[in-house]
Amino acid sequence: MSIPKFEKMVSCAVPVNIENIDTDQIIPARFLKAVKREGFGDNLFRDWRYDSNNNKISGFALNESKYTGSILVGAKNFGCGSSREHAAWAIYDYGFKVVISSFFADIFKNNALNNGLLPIQVSEDFLAKVFAQIENDPQAKFEVDLEKQTFTICSTGESTGFDIDAYKKECLLNGYDDVDYLVSIHPEIESFEASRK
Amino acid sequence: MAKTLFDKVWDAHVVKKLDGGRDVLYIDRQYIHEVTSPVAFSGLRDRGLKIFRPSQITATPDHNVPTIDQHLPLEPGESKDQLDALTANCGEFGVQMFGLGNDKHGVVHIIGPELGFTQPGMTIVCGDSHTSTHGAFGAVAFGIGTSEVEMVFASQCILQPKPKTMRITVDGELRKGVGAKDIVLYIISKISASGGTGHFIEFAGSAIRSLSMEGRMTVCNMSIESGARGGIIAPDEITFEYVKGRENAPKGADWDKALAYWKTIYTDADAKFDTEYTFDAADIEPMITYGTNPGMGIGITGNIPAGSDAKALEYMGFKEGEAMLGKNIDYVFVGSCTNGRIEDFREFANAVKGRRKADNVVAWLVPGSKMVEKQAYEEGIVDILKEAGFEFRQPGCSACLAMNADKIPAGKYSVSTSNRNFEGRQGPGARTLLAGPLVAAAAAVTGKITDPRELFNL
Repeated sequence: MSIPKFEKMVSCAVPVNIENIDTDQIIPARFLKAVKREGFGDNLFRDWRYDSNNNKISGFALNESKYTGSILVGAKNFGCGSSREHAAWAIYDYGFKVVISSFFADIFKNNALNNGLLPIQVSEDFLAKVFAQIENDPQAKFEVDLEKQTFTICSTGESTGFDIDAYKKECLLNGYDDVDYLVSIHPEIESFEASRK
Repeated sequence: MAKTLFDKVWDAHVVKKLDGGRDVLYIDRQYIHEVTSPVAFSGLRDRGLKIFRPSQITATPDHNVPTIDQHLPLEPGESKDQLDALTANCGEFGVQMFGLGNDKHGVVHIIGPELGFTQPGMTIVCGDSHTSTHGAFGAVAFGIGTSEVEMVFASQCILQPKPKTMRITVDGELRKGVGAKDIVLYIISKISASGGTGHFIEFAGSAIRSLSMEGRMTVCNMSIESGARGGIIAPDEITFEYVKGRENAPKGADWDKALAYWKTIYTDADAKFDTEYTFDAADIEPMITYGTNPGMGIGITGNIPAGSDAKALEYMGFKEGEAMLGKNIDYVFVGSCTNGRIEDFREFANAVKGRRKADNVVAWLVPGSKMVEKQAYEEGIVDILKEAGFEFRQPGCSACLAMNADKIPAGKYSVSTSNRNFEGRQGPGARTLLAGPLVAAAAAVTGKITDPRELFNL
């Protein structure tokens, strides 16, 4: 599948101020049984959103109507644990396009980038400002400019740059995918195989 | 230039380097299971592609399988759908699969080495973070996402930035009652559940070299729980001895050629690592975790540290400062890709021999594969376990992640030889205490957290 092009965006953000959010919390294993990619958003953060009787747990950010937007903000070491790509699918399927944290687990970061979900790593200080801004005003707006690699708090104009692999940036901006590329270099892969014999 | 073991193996597989820091890395073997492969197969189908090198892919269903009555038809539902999808996909795309009921079936990270598919110097991937297990052979092995599974299907390659290197040296002699699981839980408790992020870890030192292949697999398996991309251990005579003669290992002249190469893959004396840690084996006690990530572990005689994450302790029903010894437990799980190998069941059986399972404990002993199961019967391990009141189940991932029926009920305490103690990992509300097989054995016969060294006079 090719991915949608990533456009410059301005959005509110949803804060989940918890460190070490692992992929079992993002999407518990019991929801991994589907053989299709769609629908995982319904169970995003399932056990934090719903109690055992399927009632919404009040206080959790995704259940609070004051929080909206397509930016998810998590605390340090977001996406650790199991490699399940379903975690990235669930976040994307729910409607998020960007995840902000001061640190991402490696596999999650890769999975996110492969599915059109942009992980933006900012400093601890900047992350604290983002959380403070949302606490102060749940409708606070943020701008994400992938082309320029900047993330901006709109009300204060405070901005930070972020890193992204040049190849992945190109892919996201153009909605281009790794399989397309790898298939295009089959002859080079075949020569590599021959050279190892 | 001096190179690390990891660099030698990685560099030998780089087809080309891309701008932006990614390498096109050639993959020698991909393992697949039923959970992370179906979407990759459908992606391939949607693009009208075939698998580029089907003979380099090995499939087995493990996450969803029942661990009792495997001869019975599966009940209709999502688990059956995933197993059926794997069978149909492997048939359609020409991939070898060891299905339920096959005498080579089992947890993917257990059967790969058993069947000799995993060999030193290889690159190995699977849509499963515990692919790091295979690093025990001196292979570069790591978990990938489903999009990447599709990449390997389509090209036998993956696009990856090269990770940084870390070496963790554990020197000295292990104390009695301390094993591979304790070493790795100790390391993660020291460097934290994110301390390895961005790195590939080489485990070195005399305590690591003293381990069997089973023990080395346990250590590399859990390297991912420090956030690392994977773990790797230099192959040596113990490795070669393990691989030799296995079904898919090289034979004859091919063996000689492979062995000559394998003997060159070690870290050069003056090679530099991005990060280094050194630990003394004598400092390691039998370990147990008290929190909700694998870094929250302590020696079994220790007290829960002051300042521990309050949310984690609330979930676990613990308070800081409390001793772990003497806490009541409800379930014991021995199995998983971390501790589901024959050596683990030998150790457990040897410990409980002549004793009885505590009445208040439900114990699930789940072999990692049909071959482990068969060997456990042949060695008399199952008789010892039965005598002591334990039930020996059939292979699968089981209560490690509770995708099948093996779920720990909410609020119950489970001493588990698996790899993750995350909230809800073993079932919604389940409270997991990670430990090695000996600590599990001591808990199983006493019904509480007990120092195995005292109980078993080690």
